[in-house]
Order: sequence, then C-alpha cells, then structure tokens
Amino acid sequence: MAGLMAGFGHYTHAVVRGIPVSLAKEALRSSQTEVDLAKAVKEQEAYVEVLRTRLGLEVVELPADESLPDCVFVEDAAVVCGDTALITRPGAESRRGETEAMKGALKDLNLNIVEMTDENATLDGGDVLFTGREFFVGLSKRTNQRGAEILADAFKDYAVSTVPVLEGLHLKSFCSMGGPGLIVIGSSEPAQKALKIMQQMSDHRYDKLTVPDDLAANCIYMNLPSKGHVLLHCTAEEFPESAKVFEKLKDHMLIPTSNLEKVKVDGALTCCSVLINKKANI
Amino acid sequence: MTTEAGSETEVKEKAEESAAEPDQSEKATEDSQEVANAEVEEKERAKVKEKEGKEGKGISRYLPTWLKKQKSQSQTSPTKEDPPTEEPVSEVTQEEEGPTPEVNGHAEEVEEKEEVKSEQVKEKEAETHSNASADTEPAKEEKVEESAEKSPEETKETTEGEGAEEETKEKEGAVEAEGEAGEGQTSIFQSPLRLVRKNKMKLVVCHVTLLDGTDFTCEVEKRAKGQYLFFKVCEHLNLLEKDYFGLTYKDNHDQKCWLDPTKEIKRQIRSNNWQFAFNVKFYPPDPSLLTEDITRYLLCLQLREDVASGRLPCSFVTHALLGSYTLQAEIGDYEPDQPRPLDFISQLTFAPNQNKEMEEKILELYKSHRGMTPAQADTQFLESAKKLSMYGVDLHHAKDSEGVDIMLGVCANGLLVYKDRLRINRFAWPKILKISYKRNNFYIKIRPGETEQFESTVGFKLENHRAAKRLWKVCVENHSFFRLNAPEPPTKARFLTLGSKFRYSGRTQAQTRMASSLIDRPAPSFERTSSKRISRSLDGAPMISITEAGRESAENGREPHLELHSDSKSSLRVHGDNIYVRHSNLMLEDHDKTQEEVLKHQASISQLKRSFMEAPPSSPPQPNQWEKRLTSSPATIRLQQQQVVSVPQTEAATADNTISDTKEPAKTTEVEIEETVVIQEISRAPKPGLVTVAASTPAAPSAEQEMREQEVEVQEEAVVVEEAKPRKEESISSESESEEEAEYHPYLPVSISHTQIPEEKEEEEEQEKQEEDKMPELQVLASDASSLPAEVIQPAEETRREEVESKKEDDTETEKTTNAEEEKEVERETEESTDDPMVTPDEAPNGLTLPEEGVTVMDARAEEEEEPKMNGEPSLTEAEPLPQVICCSEPPVVKTEMVTISDTFAAQKTEIATKEVPIVHTETKTITYEAAQLDGNGDGEPGVLMTAQTITSESLCTTTTTHITKTLKGGLSETRIEKRIVITGDCDIDHDQALAQAIKEAKEQHPDMSVTRVVVHKETELAEED
Repeated sequence: MAGLMAGFGHYTHAVVRGIPVSLAKEALRSSQTEVDLAKAVKEQEAYVEVLRTRLGLEVVELPADESLPDCVFVEDAAVVCGDTALITRPGAESRRGETEAMKGALKDLNLNIVEMTDENATLDGGDVLFTGREFFVGLSKRTNQRGAEILADAFKDYAVSTVPVLEGLHLKSFCSMGGPGLIVIGSSEPAQKALKIMQQMSDHRYDKLTVPDDLAANCIYMNLPSKGHVLLHCTAEEFPESAKVFEKLKDHMLIPTSNLEKVKVDGALTCCSVLINKKANI
Repeated sequence: MTTEAGSETEVKEKAEESAAEPDQSEKATEDSQEVANAEVEEKERAKVKEKEGKEGKGISRYLPTWLKKQKSQSQTSPTKEDPPTEEPVSEVTQEEEGPTPEVNGHAEEVEEKEEVKSEQVKEKEAETHSNASADTEPAKEEKVEESAEKSPEETKETTEGEGAEEETKEKEGAVEAEGEAGEGQTSIFQSPLRLVRKNKMKLVVCHVTLLDGTDFTCEVEKRAKGQYLFFKVCEHLNLLEKDYFGLTYKDNHDQKCWLDPTKEIKRQIRSNNWQFAFNVKFYPPDPSLLTEDITRYLLCLQLREDVASGRLPCSFVTHALLGSYTLQAEIGDYEPDQPRPLDFISQLTFAPNQNKEMEEKILELYKSHRGMTPAQADTQFLESAKKLSMYGVDLHHAKDSEGVDIMLGVCANGLLVYKDRLRINRFAWPKILKISYKRNNFYIKIRPGETEQFESTVGFKLENHRAAKRLWKVCVENHSFFRLNAPEPPTKARFLTLGSKFRYSGRTQAQTRMASSLIDRPAPSFERTSSKRISRSLDGAPMISITEAGRESAENGREPHLELHSDSKSSLRVHGDNIYVRHSNLMLEDHDKTQEEVLKHQASISQLKRSFMEAPPSSPPQPNQWEKRLTSSPATIRLQQQQVVSVPQTEAATADNTISDTKEPAKTTEVEIEETVVIQEISRAPKPGLVTVAASTPAAPSAEQEMREQEVEVQEEAVVVEEAKPRKEESISSESESEEEAEYHPYLPVSISHTQIPEEKEEEEEQEKQEEDKMPELQVLASDASSLPAEVIQPAEETRREEVESKKEDDTETEKTTNAEEEKEVERETEESTDDPMVTPDEAPNGLTLPEEGVTVMDARAEEEEEPKMNGEPSLTEAEPLPQVICCSEPPVVKTEMVTISDTFAAQKTEIATKEVPIVHTETKTITYEAAQLDGNGDGEPGVLMTAQTITSESLCTTTTTHITKTLKGGLSETRIEKRIVITGDCDIDHDQALAQAIKEAKEQHPDMSVTRVVVHKETELAEED
C-alpha cells in the first residue's frame, strides 16, 4: 500500500460469480419482470470477458449456487478497500449465504478479512460508495446504521458518512464513481438530493456527471496501467440519452456494457464484480 | 453640550471620508477619524484605547455602567470626554488587570507597535510618536514603568510599575511585536528569552511537558500571561512557526484547556498546579507547506502520540506505515545486522492495538525506507497522516436535542457531527453564521441552503457549561485560524459585558504562513529524541477508551482528544434524516411559531406603531406600548416569511440614509441593544414579492438622483426641528451568567464572502467561491455598483417587511410613479405626509441608494460578522468589520427602506395628492429596524433612569435619556438598554449624522451587544420652494 488513497481505480483482480438458474424466478426484484436466463448468462459472460480479456484483470470466478438466486451480484457480499475486505451481512435474509464463498475467495487473495458478525447490522455492498477519499454509505432497505458503523470501523482511515436512500434499492442504484473525484449521478430528485448530502458531508470536492437515467449512473471506473481511465457504462440500447453523456468523456476508454437482463433483478454493472487491487499491497 | 458638538463633527469627518471613498473599509474610516482626533489628545486616546482593550478581556463586566459608557465615548471622540472620568476608568481597568498601573504607557506602546510594524494595521492615530524603530522608540518615549506593560507577555511583569531597564523595553517591544498577530515579521525572530523579568515579581515554576515527552521547567512571574510561558517554550524548542501550537493545562475538572496567551496564567489555571503541556493546537491541513523541518518534526511527535493513543484512528496498514516512517526518522536506515529488530520494535508503541503482525509489517516497511533522511521520513509520515479522516479533528462529546450521544468534531473545515464513528452531518465554516453557547447548550446558526427559506439554528447539549464554552472557544479559534486572513479586531470597550468576549488572538494560518515564508535562518539542527520517545511510549501504554485516553493524555499533559468509540452501545437509531438541518435535532429558537402567530404579531405591531407615532415625539422617556411590544417579540418577526434579506449593517446604513432626508426635521431615535441578539443574521430567502420591489428599483436611480437634488434644495429652506431623546434600559446580568453564554459570528474578512451564489450553482461551487473568489467577487461588486443599490436596500427593510408585505404592491406602484415623475413626486410625497402624518409614503425611491453615497454603515461588533445574502445579492458590507458608523457627506435620498408605513392608504393617497403642492409639509416618518432576537418575551421593565442630560449646541437640542433595566427571566438575566434621543433643531440638521452618531455611540458603548432595533421617528416641517 503506497499510502492512503493512492491509485484510486487501480485494480488487478476481480471476483465474479456465475448466474444460477434460480435467478430467473427467485432472484429478488423490485418490479415483476421476466428474466431471460439465457440472455442474462450471455450478458454475464460478456461482462466477465471484458474484465478478463479486454482489461486484463485476474478474474476469480465463483461457481453459481442454485440456493442463492442473487449470488451473481457479488458486490453486495463484500467491500474491499486496500487490502482489507469487509464481509458484509446482506440486508436480504435470502442472500446472507452469499458471503461464504466470497470470504473464501478473498482469503485466498490474502486480504485482511473483517467480518460483520453483529446480528443487528446489515450492509449491502451496493450501498457503499468509495470515492477514493472517503466512504458514503447509503442507509437503505438493505443497509442500516450499524452496518455502516462496522464499515467505518473496518476502514478507519476514511471518513464514513451516511446518506439516506429514499428511493431505489441501493445508493449505487443511482450513482457511482466515474473517475477520481467524479461522481456520476442520476438526474432524479432523490439522486440529486443524495448528491447534495454527499457534497455537504464531504471535505472534498467532487465533480459530478449527471446522466438522465438513474440506472445508467451506475458504471465501473478503473484506472489501469496500460489503459488509463476506463469506464464500463450502459449501452445506447438501454439508455440512449445517458450513453450520449458518457460518450462525452474524452479521457476515458469507454466500454459500453450491456446489462439489460440483470437490471431486471436490480443488478447494476457494479453489482457483478468485486474489484481488488493486489499490487497496491506493499 | 460642547461634547455633543464635538462628536458630531467627528462623525461628519467620517462621513466625508466615507463619502470620498465609499468602498473603503471601516478601518480606513476609523483611521482617518483617529488621525483627526489624534492631534487633540493622543495620550488620552491611548489611555482610552488601553482601557477598552483591557476591558475587552472581560474586565468591563465589573465596571459600573456609567464608567464604561464614559470610556466608550471617550474612544470615539476624546475631546468629548470628561478627563476626570477617564482616570477612574483606567484605574479600574488596571485593577482588573491586576498587574498594571501603567496602563497608559502600555497603550501607547501597543499603538506604536502597530503603526510601525504593521503597515496594514493602521488603526492607531497618526501619533506624534515617530514611527522610526518600533522597538526602540517605545522604550524612549515611555516611562520606565510603562515599558513593563508594553509587551503582552510581559504583562505578568506589568504588575510592578517599578523601573524597567532600558533593555527590557526593547525586548518587550520585540515580544509585543510577536504577540501582535499579523505584525511585522521581524517579530518572529525575537527571542522571548530576552525578556527581562522584574525583580519584584514572585516567580513560579512552570512545568511543561513537551511533545517528545520531556519536561521543560522555567520560572515565570506569577502574573505572567500565557504568552510569556508559551514563548519561553518555543524559544526552548527553537520553534519559529509557533502559531500552530499552544499550551494546555488541566482545569479543576481534569479537562484539558488551552492556555489563553492573552490572559494571566494564574487566572486560568486556578490552581497551584503549574503544569502544562505543549501541543499542536491547529493541525495544518497541508504540513508540506510548513517552512521548517523542526516544525514538521514537532507535528510528527504530536501525531505519533495521537496515533499511538488511538485519538487519531487509522487502519492496520496505516499504523504500520506510519510506524515505519517513525522508525526511519528516529533511528535511520535499517541495519540488517541488527540482532533482533522485532524485539526493539515491540518496545515502541505505534498503535493502541499493537500486535506481532503489525510489528512485522512495520519492520517490513521500515526496511523499504532505506536511504530516507529523517526529514523525508517525517514528511512522508505527515503526508499519510494528513489524509486520515480524523486528522486535526478535535472531538467533543455532546448530545443532540433528542439526547442521542454524538460527537462534535472541530477542524479546519468546519464542524463535523459524528454518531458512533459515522459522520452524520457536517457544517463547513462558510455555512455557519453564528456560533454561540448558553449554559450547556451549544448552538450554530446555519446559513439557509438553496432550497431553504430560513436560516436554522442547530443546538447540541454538552455535559456542562464548561464543556460548551470549551467547544465554543475551540470553534472560534479554529474558524479564526483557518478561515480568516487576520484575527478579528480586538473587542472594543464594552459597556455591559455579557458573555465571553473570547476571540482568537494569535496569528491566523494565513498570517503565520506569511510570516514563516520570511523565515531566514539556516535550518536549525535539532535532536530527534528517539530514546525519550521510546521510554515514554513504554509508559504510555495503549489508551483505548475515550475516557482513559482523556485521562491518560491529561497525565501526559496531552490533549485529551476524544476518541470515537467503536463499541459504544448507544441505541442505534437510524435517522433517515441526517440530512442537512433536519437531522440535527434542532433546538430551534422560535422557529416553530406558526405563520398565523407571526401574522398576528405583525398586525399588532403595526397597530402599536401607529399609536406610537401618534404620541408626541417629546413624550416622556418611558417605553410606550409599541416599544414594549416590539421589544418583547422581535424573534417572531424574524420568522415571518419575509421577502427581505436583511443585513443589519446595511439596515443601519440604510436607515441612516433614509433619515438623511432633509425634509424631516424631527426625529426620535431609539436604539435598543440587547445581547445575544444578532442583527445581521436576518437573512431570509427572498420571496417573490421582493422581486417586484427590486425590479422596480433599478430603473429608479436617475429619478432618485434628481429627487435628491430637489430635496437638498428643499432642505435649505426647510425648517428643521430636531429633538433627540436618548433613553437606555438595561439589565445587568451577573458576571457568572455572562460567562455562560457567548456568541461568535464566523465571518470572512471580505464581506462578500457572504454572498450566496445563485441557485444554479452547486453548493460546492458556492462555497468554493466564497472561499476562494472573494476578491473577484468584490470587484464584481464594485463594478456592479450601479445595480447594487436595490440589493443593498433590500436587506435594510426589516420593518418594511411588515408593512411592505401588506402594501408591497402599493409601494411598488408608488415607486414607479415616483420614478416617472421625478420632481413632483417629492412634492407629492410630502403632500401625502401632510394628509396623513402617520403614513410615510416615501417608499417610492425604494432601493435607490446610490453607491457613491457611501452607505452609512453602522457596525456593531455583533453585526460585523457575516451577513448572509441570499440570491447572490452582494452585500455592501465593508471589508473590515470595525465598529464604526460611517456617514456619507452626501445626504442619501433614499427614504424608502425601513420606513414604516402605518397603513396601506398612504400609497393610495399619494396618487390623489399629486396635484396639490403644499408649500409647507409636515412629514412624520418612523423608521424601524429590528434584529432577530433569541428571546422573544423580554419586556424590560421600565427600569431605572440612569442619566438624563440635555446637550445644546447652536440650533440643536439633544436630549438623551438612558434607562438601564435588568430583567430576570427564568433564571436568565437579560440586559436591555433603551436609548431615546430626541434631536430638535431649527436649522439644517444632518440627519444622517445624527442617527449615525446615535447608533455609533450606542454601539461603542455596548460593543458586545447588538442593536436590535432602531426606530426613527421623524417629524418634519417642510418649506418647499416652488
């Protein structure tokens, strides 16, 4: 670790997980929609391919677990920052089992594992926005204050501020980082409100990139040695207007990544991987 | 009688000044004024100033009110003063101060210093003293005795008037210079050790625990001020960039407190335990900007301690990293052949929960630092440490209004609110309008956000009033240090001192950076004290819990920083509303009043007003119904949906302007002063209604101009009758109580910083702008001057809102008409007034203040601070918030603002009256402005008549009646001073000056109080030339 907050977006590894058949029917979702499993699987494969081939990350692929229909959304199971990994306690009871495999995988990567054992605490990784300088934790249906406290305890170097998530599933359902100091934010009122709160709570300044669609605001930023700024974002088919906004980012290597099917079960782009920077560890 | 005249002239001078340079800072004005006066009696002044200065420290509380009053007056215009009174005052002051009989000398000294050393700070009169060499000059001029007094630090020594050696003077001078924030840079190089102690003083041995764990012992005189000891320590440490540091002591309750450099040590520690600790007081946000390695080293020492004790939480990896840098800095490169490095490392304390694994990691990292010099290692250490989220955050236990345990963290950027390690709110300094405490409550008043209508006040409960005060002080200091270019000007003489007058007295970060940039010495060599540290670290085992940490640190003489408790079990309530303001569990003042109440109140006010106006101006000096009423519930008013963004100063200014209308010869000025009430803060979100007013205004200027000319003419012929009746009512609160509350208005040196940026902008941007773009904004302001007037005026019209609200439209119409028909308007207006004396129709010229007019600014200490402007309306405040009233020589025509119109008919009548042009008009006008009040229900009882004097000069007759009343409400003592001034005259009277003078005097007499209300009642007989 080369000092605090060095190398935001530097990743070497990614942990992903397969899509169980049960996802189509049993995965939690906020709107009743049919998921085309085959398409979802294809999507996921493309996603992993981008990480592995195009970006050259070491991808750890965990096998799907039929008893865990949401297991593909690994992000919620762990929060990794530096060489510390916090194994969460997901807010949805049906998802608590997902952390086991994740813990194993992260252990294998020699990360310092911190487990959230408090039974009063819940935290979904999707509610955790790490900006490179600090954490924002959305207090949502899935994440509570206690969970946020434990996260604060696990990552003592950083300020951890809480942000109420009034609409949407997770904090990152309408925002994410688009670069160092750049927050991509949806244009809905709750999203904008949340951004205001984040700005107020922070000692740092953030630029914002507002996209018309909240869901499109979830993108994956990386800063890779050979590629520079990389951004995985929504495709033009999904959110044409928002895609146009992303296209204005000249300094980024833009990789439109389809997420049509997974989004039906509230899965955003960030949800499908846990990114790790092993080289940063001294 | 003559006195009065004298003062007036003074005011006039000022007025001219300001007129000449409207944009000039108050300071400048003061300067000029002072210059003028200087010739008269320098020494007198010096004395007075001295007194004031000292009083500022809190002595004034003990003074009888009349004494204080005298003082303050004297300050304004020395000539005025009765020499005899001054003497007593100074004596009293001295007594208070304890040590110094040579107040005069001291005062002079200070002045000299300032003049000579600080080019910028020219507050002092142009003294006959030569400006030659600051250090030496003072010595010569002053008597030996005096010299002792000179240096702030020396004050200890001051006690004795005994002869001081010449050297002493010199040294003292130097020291003083040091003490003076922002003073000449040369001062930094002065060595405190050179200070010569008087022989007769009783010496006390002080023990100071240094950052490396060693003890520093030195003798100081019993009456020495904190500064003296601090400088001694810095001298010992060879530290020049000392402003980041301070001395702490433990109070009787075992709480760590910062030693106030400006006060006597003895009075602070209140015990015989002269035990102190040298600590970092302000953690520089960017340590790499420090000039000297030694400073960084000391900061490192502090941080190592902070980290090791757990006060500065950090992760495992960071602990290891910081530890490795520490090793590199202290023992140099890793020696591969060292037998058992881990054993060695384990003897050191790097973290609260240090374990083998961490030590191994430390060693591993340490090895990688080979070749790094100690200074580089320190720098790396600081680079990592400064990024920690709790770096430089001073935590205080508190509860929100719901009794939930929280932590308040004060830091360079503002105030942070934590609940169980989670940041649940943050108030950046620019967001905070006022910081105050009252008993064990701590309040911050928040600037309204983009979407919010009103400012809000957030309250927190602290353990006790000491804790509240401590927190308040820390806030004041941090704000001053990190946000201001220069510390707030010293408080002036106070009439009644309520609450703490505490202000940060040292250099600000900006100043210290400036100063240290001039440091020109070879990097001092210093010894790194690894061995000492090791032993100490061993002693100071891990301190984990908050309380323990506090205690531990106390033992070490360290700051007992509070630690965020990781295992606190307080109920976890998820506040979905940790959103700004909402969460904060506000303990609102009266914000909960319903709109209806407000309206009702309004109605009754106007009713009262009417009756007030009907009363003869010369009516006896007892508060009439209206006054009482108004006094009693100003807070409510403030809560109204007022469209107006009112800024107290501006208000005052505007008021003055209004008054300047030469037409009205008679006026009654009431200045009511109340502590704790802050005028300035009445910023409101603009209401649509306002827009109308504002909109109409811009067009008006030209018309106004003309009008003014006319008016001037009229004025010449006009018969001016002035009556002035000053009255004061005050309640005197006990000293102890006063200590229990105080307030502070964070403000930025440049008033414009208050400007709020239009909504389109991001909040951040807004802040940014405020913080960084002050200058540009200023310029913009200036350039925008033409458009300014309207805006400026708006704030002023507090009263207006009441009436204006109801009659807004009418007014506006009137305005328009006015603009259209320039000259005739005037007549018309007058007519109206004739028709209905009660009604003041002159709202028309609304918002037409011309920039060149030089706004009369009444500055109150309380007001000087931030003036929040909404909607990006630049405030026409002065750059330097010195308490001064500035009059413009040009009588400003704008009557509009603050004019109370008792009924809505006025405007209507205006139109009717247009055709008739009476030659002699009688006009009655009442102008009121009020400030927000915390306490709505203080009906000051009539009180005791303290003074009643009549001063006549030429055609002027001024009667001043002062009532001082003390009211006890619910255990709270409230002081209310009501002053009624009736000015009667049959010649030309400069109303501006008269009012300005009145307000100014009031301000000066009670610098620590706020003018909450000014009512101007004018009755004019106008002879109009046709």
